[in-house]
Amino acid sequence: MPKLAVMLSPADMQPATVAGTRDPAGSSIVCRAAGLSLAALARILSGASVRWIASQPDTCQRVYFANHTSHLDAIVIWSSLPQAIRELTRPVAAKDYWQRGLVRRWLAEEVFNAILIDRTDIKVHQSPVDLMLREIGTTKSLIVFPEGGRSITGEIGEFKSGLYYLAKKRPEIELVPVHIDNLNRVLPRGEFLPVPLLSCISFGPPLWLERGEAKVDFLERARRAVLALKE
Amino acid sequence: MDDIRTIALIAGVLGLLALSTVVGQFLKRHPDRGLDPAAVNTFNLRLRGWWIMCTVLAAAFWLGTTATVVLFGLVSFWALREFITLTPTRKGDHRALFWVFFLFTPLHYVLVGLNRYDVFSVFLPVYATLFVLARVAFAGDYKRFLERTAKIQAGLVVCVYCLSFAPALLQLPIAGAMPGGNFRLLFFLILLVQFADCMQYVWSRMLGRRLVAAAVSSNRTWEGLLGSATSTALLAAVLWWAAPPFEPWQAALAGFVVALMGFAGGMTMSAIKRDRGVKDYGTLVVGHGGVLDRIDSICFAAPVFYHLTQLFAGAGSP
Repeated sequence: MPKLAVMLSPADMQPATVAGTRDPAGSSIVCRAAGLSLAALARILSGASVRWIASQPDTCQRVYFANHTSHLDAIVIWSSLPQAIRELTRPVAAKDYWQRGLVRRWLAEEVFNAILIDRTDIKVHQSPVDLMLREIGTTKSLIVFPEGGRSITGEIGEFKSGLYYLAKKRPEIELVPVHIDNLNRVLPRGEFLPVPLLSCISFGPPLWLERGEAKVDFLERARRAVLALKE
Repeated sequence: MDDIRTIALIAGVLGLLALSTVVGQFLKRHPDRGLDPAAVNTFNLRLRGWWIMCTVLAAAFWLGTTATVVLFGLVSFWALREFITLTPTRKGDHRALFWVFFLFTPLHYVLVGLNRYDVFSVFLPVYATLFVLARVAFAGDYKRFLERTAKIQAGLVVCVYCLSFAPALLQLPIAGAMPGGNFRLLFFLILLVQFADCMQYVWSRMLGRRLVAAAVSSNRTWEGLLGSATSTALLAAVLWWAAPPFEPWQAALAGFVVALMGFAGGMTMSAIKRDRGVKDYGTLVVGHGGVLDRIDSICFAAPVFYHLTQLFAGAGSP
C-alpha cells in the first residue's frame, strides 16, 4: 500500500467530501433494491448479452471505457458486471444532466453511486480526473465514456483526453475497453421510451499506457480497442 | 375415449423422442459409424430443442388456455425483437416501434385470448399497418419510407399475427369435440411442422439434386420439399384420430399444406438472413440458435392450418 500511495496525487489522500460518495454497502435497503431492480429491468429491456473477449471479470481496480450511444449505457454496463464487481464499480456521469430533478439526482447519487462531473466548469485545480481518482481511492473501479457525450450517428467519435490523464496518474489501473452494440436503437438520443431490441456488451482485454506513449497515439489505440470488439 | 387419444398421442411422441435420443447418444459415442459427426451433432441439438419445446408446451397445456396464449405471446414478442434487431431501422421509426412492441403485440394476444376472431383477424394487418404508416410519417423522416414501414409490417405479420393462429386453435369451435380436442389440434400442428422440417432435411440429403434457390439456401431442394410434403401427409393421415374434425384424407391434405408452408417459412427467413449477412437470428444471443429460427415454419403454417380446420369443422356440422 505505501508504495501505491506514492503514485497518488496528494488530492487522493484527502477524505472524500463530494456528494454521492457513500459506500454502496452502507446505503439503505431501498436504494440497493432500487438498484437491483433497475439493473434487472435494464437488462431485460436491452436484451443485453454479455461477452468477455480475451478478458475475465475481476475485482481488481479497473477503468471500463466504452462508446457512448444511449442513456442506458452506464446502467447496462453496470448491470452486466457480476454482483461483487458491481458493488465496487462507479459510473461517471454528467452533473448538468443528472443533478436536474429529484429523481435523477436520487438515482445518480444514491442508487448508482455515480461520480458526477461538471462538464461546463472545468477548473485546473479541480479537474474531473483528479475528482475521479480521489473518489475511487485504491479499491473502486470506474465506468467512463471517453467520447464525452452520446454520439448521434452511431460512429465512435474521437476520445477526449481524460482517459490519458487517468492512465498517466495511475498507470497500474487496468483499462478495459467495452463495446456497446445496438443500445442506441433501444433508447436513442432525445427519446424517453425504450424499444426492447437485443443489444450486446463486449468486454475486451485490458490495456495500459505504454512508457513514453504520446497522448494522441494512446487515445487512438484505446479507441481502436473499443472498435475491435465490434467485429 | 378423448383422454385415451391424448395419452396415445403424447406417449407416441415421447416414445419417439426417447428413442431418437438414445440413437443420437449412441451415434455420438461411436463416431466410427461413418456418419458425419457434424450432422450427428446437429441432430442432437435439434433433439434437445424438441425436448425443451415439449416440456414448455406440456407445462402450458397443463396450466390451461390462458397460459398457452401468454406463452405464445412471449414467444412472438421475443421473435419480433430478433426480427427488428436484425432489420435496420432509423430513428424516425422509434416511436412507431414502441407502440408496436408495447401496445399492438400484447393487445393482439389479448384479443386472441378472448377469442374475438372478428377483431384479431384484422387488428394487426389493417389497423397496426395504418398506424405504423401514419406514425412514421408524423415522425417526419421520409427517407426510404415504404421500405422501412414494410419491414415493421412484415415483422408484425410473421412473428405476431401468423404465430398467434397456433394458440387461437385452442378456442376454435369444433362441433362435437371434447375440450381436450383443441389441445391435441395444436399439438398435431406443431408435430407436423417439426416432422416436415426433419423430413425435408432427410429427403434433401438422400435424393436432393435440384436446389430451389441456391442463393437463398444451399440445402433446400425440390426433392426435399416433395418428399417432406408426402411424408407429412402420410403421418397426418395415420394420426387423423388425434385431430378432432379431420377425416383421414382431410388430415393428409392438412399435413401436405403444413409441410409446404413450413418450407416456405424456412425459405423466407433464409432470404432475410442472407440479406442481412447472418447465419441465424440468435447471433446476438450467445449460445442459442435464436427463437425465430425455431418458429419460422410454425409461423407460416399456423394460419393455413387454422383456416383448413375451420373449413373442415364447418363442413362437418350442419
